[in-house]
Parts: sequence; C-alpha cells; structure tokens
Amino acid sequence: MVEKREIILGENEPYVINMGPQHPSTHGVLRFELSLKGETVFKVVPHCGYIHRGIEKMCESNTYQQIIHLTDRMDYLSAHPNNEAVSLCVEKALGIEVPERVKVIRTILSELGRLASHQLWWCAFGMDLGALTTFFYGLRDREKILDIFEESFGSRLLHSYICPGGLMNDVHPNFKQRIKDFIPYFRKKLPEYDQLLSGNVIFKERSRGIGMLSLEDAISYGVTGPSGRGSGFSCDIRKSQPYSAYDRVDFKEILFTEGDTYARYRVRIAEMWESMKILEQLVDQIPDGDYTAKMKPIIKLPEGEYYQSVETARGELGVYIVSKGDKFPVRVKFRTPNFSNLFAINHMAVGHKIADLVAISGSLDLVIPDIDR
Amino acid sequence: METFDHNALQETLSAMMPGAVFNTNPQFVEAVVPANDLHKFALELKMNSKTQFDYLVCQTGLDKNEELSVVFHLRSTKLNHSCVLKVITSDRINPEFDSVFDIWKSAEFFEREIFDLLGIKFKNHPDLRRLFLEDDFVGYPLRKDFVDNINIVQ
Amino acid sequence: MKFLYDFSILTNSIHQMLAASLSPLWVFIIELVLVGLVFLGFYAILGLFLVYLERRVCAFIQNRLGPNRVGPQGIFQTIADLVKLLFKELFVVRKADKILFNLAPFIVIIASLMAIGAIPYAKGLHAIDLNIGVFYILAVTSLGVVGILLAGWSSNSKYSLLGAMRSGAQIISYELSVGLSLLAVIIFSGSMQLSTIVESQANGWWIFKGHIPAFFAFVIFLIAATAETNRGPFDLAEAESELTAGFHTEYTGIRFAFFFLAEYMNMFLAAALATTVFLGGWMPFHFFDFSGFNYVMDFIPPFVWFFGKTFVVIYIIMLFKWTFPRLRIDQLLTLEWKYLLPLNLLNIIVIAFIVLMGWHF
Repeated sequence: MVEKREIILGENEPYVINMGPQHPSTHGVLRFELSLKGETVFKVVPHCGYIHRGIEKMCESNTYQQIIHLTDRMDYLSAHPNNEAVSLCVEKALGIEVPERVKVIRTILSELGRLASHQLWWCAFGMDLGALTTFFYGLRDREKILDIFEESFGSRLLHSYICPGGLMNDVHPNFKQRIKDFIPYFRKKLPEYDQLLSGNVIFKERSRGIGMLSLEDAISYGVTGPSGRGSGFSCDIRKSQPYSAYDRVDFKEILFTEGDTYARYRVRIAEMWESMKILEQLVDQIPDGDYTAKMKPIIKLPEGEYYQSVETARGELGVYIVSKGDKFPVRVKFRTPNFSNLFAINHMAVGHKIADLVAISGSLDLVIPDIDR
Repeated sequence: METFDHNALQETLSAMMPGAVFNTNPQFVEAVVPANDLHKFALELKMNSKTQFDYLVCQTGLDKNEELSVVFHLRSTKLNHSCVLKVITSDRINPEFDSVFDIWKSAEFFEREIFDLLGIKFKNHPDLRRLFLEDDFVGYPLRKDFVDNINIVQ
Repeated sequence: MKFLYDFSILTNSIHQMLAASLSPLWVFIIELVLVGLVFLGFYAILGLFLVYLERRVCAFIQNRLGPNRVGPQGIFQTIADLVKLLFKELFVVRKADKILFNLAPFIVIIASLMAIGAIPYAKGLHAIDLNIGVFYILAVTSLGVVGILLAGWSSNSKYSLLGAMRSGAQIISYELSVGLSLLAVIIFSGSMQLSTIVESQANGWWIFKGHIPAFFAFVIFLIAATAETNRGPFDLAEAESELTAGFHTEYTGIRFAFFFLAEYMNMFLAAALATTVFLGGWMPFHFFDFSGFNYVMDFIPPFVWFFGKTFVVIYIIMLFKWTFPRLRIDQLLTLEWKYLLPLNLLNIIVIAFIVLMGWHF
C-alpha cells in the first residue's frame, strides 16, 4: 500500500517571481526577486551587476582626460553632471580657476540635462503606470533639448563635453538662441504633462500613499535627489555646496514632506519649472572669453584625496579620487545616486501590490548602469 | 556653502574619539580610528548632539598596496558639516572590520560592494554576498595585486 | 412597422430558392455553411480592420502617424503582420500542459465568434434571432474567461498564472455590472430578444427616452464592458509593465494572434451590444416630428447606422485605453463591488419604478 502524501502548494512558502533582468518596467537589466503572497509583495531582493563594467577599475589605468569618457556611461540620461563631477574634482585638486564662461555654460548644460532626464523619467513613469501616451509627449519635448546638444557637441546622449579645465570646444553660435526658443516652448508644453497625468484620478489613486519613505529612512538609506526631496530630505548639492554658477542664480529647492510616490512625482515636475527659471537667468549672461583654462596636456594630480559632489538629475553624485602624484589615479570611487536610491526599495515596497512596486521603482527614476558602474 | 569651523569640529571629534589620529586634509576633517573602536565611534558620531552625522554619503574601500582601508564620508543634515572617517588594516589575507549597517542603512550595500570588489569582510553584516560580480568569481578585482591575464590591458 | 431596407426579403428568397430544389436537410446544411463562411470572413476582416484602426487612433492621440507604409495609408499593415505571425514558430514551454495550452486560444476565439452571430446588423440581417439574445451573448462571451484561465494555467509560467488569476477575478466581477446595466433596457423594452429591443427604439433610442437612469446604465455598461474585454485602464490581465504580457506571455505565432484578434472582437462585441441595446442598433436617428429630416435619415442604410454607432463607441473605448493609467487589482475590484454594483442595483429599482408607473415614453 502506497502511503498517501498531501502537498499543499503555496501554503507557506513564498511565491517567488523574478522580475527582470529582461522586464519592461525595470528600465534596464536589473532583477528583482519578489516574494509574493497572492499579489502582495513581502520581500524584494534587488540583484544588480548585469551591466557591471568595472568603470572604477578601468579608471585606475586611464588618465583624467580619459576618465571623462567613462563617466558618461554611468548616468547616461544626464551625462553632463557626471563629466562635471570629475572635472570639478580634478580642478579642485590642481587649484585651477576655470573661466566664467565655462562656469555658466556648465550650469546651463547641467540644467538642460536635468530637464531632458526628467522628461524621459516622466515618459517612463507614465508607462509604468499603464498610461502609454505619456511616452510620446515626453519624448517630443526631449527631442528639442537633444537637438541643442547635437548642434553643439555632435552627440545626443554621451557628450563627454565637459573636461578638466573647461569644455572640449566652444558652443555653437546658435546655442543661445536655441535655448531662448526652447524655454517659452516648454513653458507652454509643461502644463500638458499635468493635464495628461498629474490631474488624473486613477493616477492619483495609484501614487498617493504608495511607497512611503520617512525622512529618517531617506537620510539613513542615503536616498538623495528628487526621490529624497519627496521625503523632505534637503539634499540639494546645488544649494548646500554650490559649484559652477549655482551660487549666482535664484532658484528654490523643491521639498515635499509626504514621502510617497506622488510627492516624488511632484518634486520632479516642480524641478522642471525651476530648471527653466535657472536657464532663463543664465542664458543671457554667458560671458565672452575662453572656453577652457590653460591646461597641461598631461594632468598629474598632487598626492592626496579629493572629493567632489554634484547634483545630477537623480541625486548626489560624489567623486572620490585618491592620487599618488601620478597621471593615473590610485582609486576613483563614484558615489552614484541610484546605488543608494535603489536599495531603499525593499523598505518601501513591502506590503504593497506588484503594480505598486512598479510605480515605486519608477518614481525612484532608476538608471541601471549608474547602479552597476 | 558649507561653513563650519574645521578646527572646532576636529577638537570635538578628538574629544569624542580617544585614540583617533587626525590627518591633514584641506577639504575635510579626517580621522583615522582604530579598527576595534569603529562601531562604537560611529554610533557616537551619529548619536552625539554635537556631531549628528546621520548621513553616510559614501563608503569606499581603498587598496594602497600595503594596506587596505575603508573610508567613510559623513555628513550631518542638521548641522551641515562633514567629516571623513578611516579605518586601516594591513592584514591582506583576512581583512575584517565592524559593519555599520545598523547605524546607517545605506552601509549594508556599500559594504557588500566593498566585499565584492576588495574582499574586506564586515563583522555582523546580515547578508555579505557579492553584489556585482557572479558568485563564483575568483579574486577581488579592485585590489592592486589582482591579476587578470585575459581581460586587463596594462 | 415598415422599413425601407428589409433584408429578411433577401434572406427569405435565398431560403426559398434553396428549398425549391433541395431536401430540407441539405438546405439546413448549406445555409449553415454559408452563414458560417460569411461570419468567418466578416470576423477576420473586421478584426484586421480594428487592429489597424486602433493603431491609427492611438497614433492620432500620441502625436504620431501610425502605420502608413504598407498600402495606401498603411491599410495592409495588419495583413502583413498577420502573415508574419502565421510564419512564426509555435513555441511551447517545457513542461507546459500541451493539450490545454493548444486548446486555450481556440476557446477564447470561439467564444467571441459565437456571440457575433446573434447581433442584428439590419432588419433580417442576423444569423440567429434568439428570444433570449442578450442572455445568450452574455453567456457565450463569459466562456472566454475559461480560455484565459486555461492559457495562464497551462503556460507553466508565473507571470501567466498571475495574469490569468487577475483576469478571472476581473471578468467574473464585471460580468455582474454588464448584466445589470443591460437589464435596465430589458425592463424598458420588456424583451430579451435583440431584434425586439431594436424595434422598440424606432421612435427614439433608449438612451434618450429612458430618462437619466438609461444614460446612467449606458455609462456603467461602457465601463464594465471595457473591463470585461480586458482593455483600456482595466488591462490588468496583460499589464505589460507589470506582468510582461500576462496570460499570453508564452504564446507565439498564430496562437498569440488568436488572443489578439479575440480581444479586438470582444471590444467590437461590447460596442455592438451597447449600440443595439442603448443606441438604437440599426435604427436611424429620428428627431421628434421633423418628418423631412427623419425621411432623409431613413434613406441611410441600416448597417451604415449600425457600424457608425458601433465605431463611435469603439473610438470612446480606445480613447480610454490611450489616455488613462492602469488601475491596480484591488482598486479595480473596489470599483466594481463597492461603487458600480450598488449604483446599478439602485438604478434598476428606479427604472422598475418608472416602468411600473408608466412614465417612460
């Protein structure tokens, strides 16, 4: 007589789903290992490293000018601040003062990059929530910014334009006029974003009270950028440690205290308005002059350790360079914003549905190469 | 702009952390603490009302050929000052420090990354696995003595 | 009542022609085959056209052009896509339940094909005129959920299973609202026969002459039917940003095309049912006693009226899909059980009262 055995599937053990590495809403090759009970998520384990290229290791055998080109590949949606971080760090180590023209242009580029990045984030966030039309509205406007980039630097995504000492080459003569044309255009188009998504009842229902992150947790997890400011974490490097021309422009640091997905959404929308304000102030004040400081062809940093933070579209990007006086650094560490932002997701998503997890990871604005480096 | 008195902060820190050695660093107040006291000092730095370093900006593993070290960039969001904390070991075979994940939650993943790329172990870490590289990867690529004959062009 | 275009004369003459020369059994078989072929062709062409229409409408909403290369204005694009799908490998996941896996797309598509015959396209232009037509359509379309559940279960994929379970919960819930909102008009017209319901609207569509409750029922029907067809903001069963493609994640080639086609035909069915029941079916639009205007309207053939109204409803359903974000599963069920169902029941009580008092036209 065969003994009868009863196996109840899924009674106590979790229903484990691998979300990714190829999944439409992980925005790249990221894998979430979800443990589910019904539809409710009770554990999220992020697995990264699918696009780990060892940029930090590569930096150790490259000169500082070459490192610039590697940094583009981290946060590729707003590449300028990445270049700027390394450049500022090297300039700080060498004690070089860059021309005023460079400072202003760098700031303008950072803000344009932030706009382009937030526009793409808005597209993708709408897609994550199932509003497919957002993608085309966002890309329509992002195209205008990429056109400005293309005209000046010849590239649309990976610019490598800001380099130690200044800029790679001078901006195109049309640069100023095109930005002047863009600002009123986008001022008219940005309310469309609100009409399409922000005011929607379903959207509000889907994002309000989802993925709560308290201020203490945001600081403890190091969640910076718009994601952190949605929780009331005043972490804007542009305000606290101004670099380039940020000390002479007037703008608000957007802070929301709710800490949910909707707050993070509103921070980014408000930041787009602020970015346009900064652009408007600076675009008429580009001084004439050199586009680069006098630099030696081989940069050798004096022995020491240098740290520089900049504010990218996603948060605080820190560059930590350890030098021994050689033309190669001993160690370069990138403190990338997404790395810290990502790992708060387990804390935020537990107890919510799968659909909410998608919304939360969308609201963190993850760029996977920035995590893996 | 970060406006705080470096010397005053250094005095506060040296009073709080007996045994710490202060390096000259034009940018930050930089303290090298004994590895055994790391967790105690870190907790003190966060909890003390004079310092309140509640935000771990960056945790970096460093290999300077003869010694391995871990560098903490700390910032206080309330008092708006920052400092650098360092722990150094010369043990290259089995380097081990205290984990600070219970003080700053972001440390959990910084430490996993450091373990992955430099092979520095962290005591009491809840989930010390490789983060970026595959689990059966041999060696620690960010160490200076790491040799990869296939992939790295010298 | 006399109608300008009466297709029953045509169908009767075909029937009599066949009956004159053949035995009743053969007449039955030939008519069955004829009707089957006509509806199969109709189904395929309409499905392809709806896919094309959706792509154009979606492109219109999204600042794009949509398909415009294959044929004039890209009208052959869907045919090219279909040919591509026909040539694709029919992939079966390892350890999938092969029989059920193959069966599922057929159940889904047969369910929608069965319902399409019961809809009156013009006077005398329907395959079967059951005296419980509304009930029949509801019963048959609900069969589709069995196919979706089987597809999710047999795929041996976790995403598919989640999608199927969502779909099951969703369709069973919204079935209630669809049925109850149709019940509103059944109370008004006093019949479940679709041809009778259409003819009862000769002097005014139910959405106009049924007071506010009928309009209310129409809105609820539109929401519930959108949910029932797994479309628009209610496409949780597919939810490509969450479950990659939900229940048809593992389907390829023509099996996938079956699901795809069935989704569009279900949308057409929902729109056609809304048209028939609320918007007067193939009845022309009449404006009170302006007999000149009404007479001109009568000249427009009934199937033009029918398809015109249906495509307006389809356009509304498409607008839903391309402008709204997706709901979450618990919000979806809350909407049905806490809002639509009680409102619907209340609505039916109001309608019953109106009919009882004889206040309707």
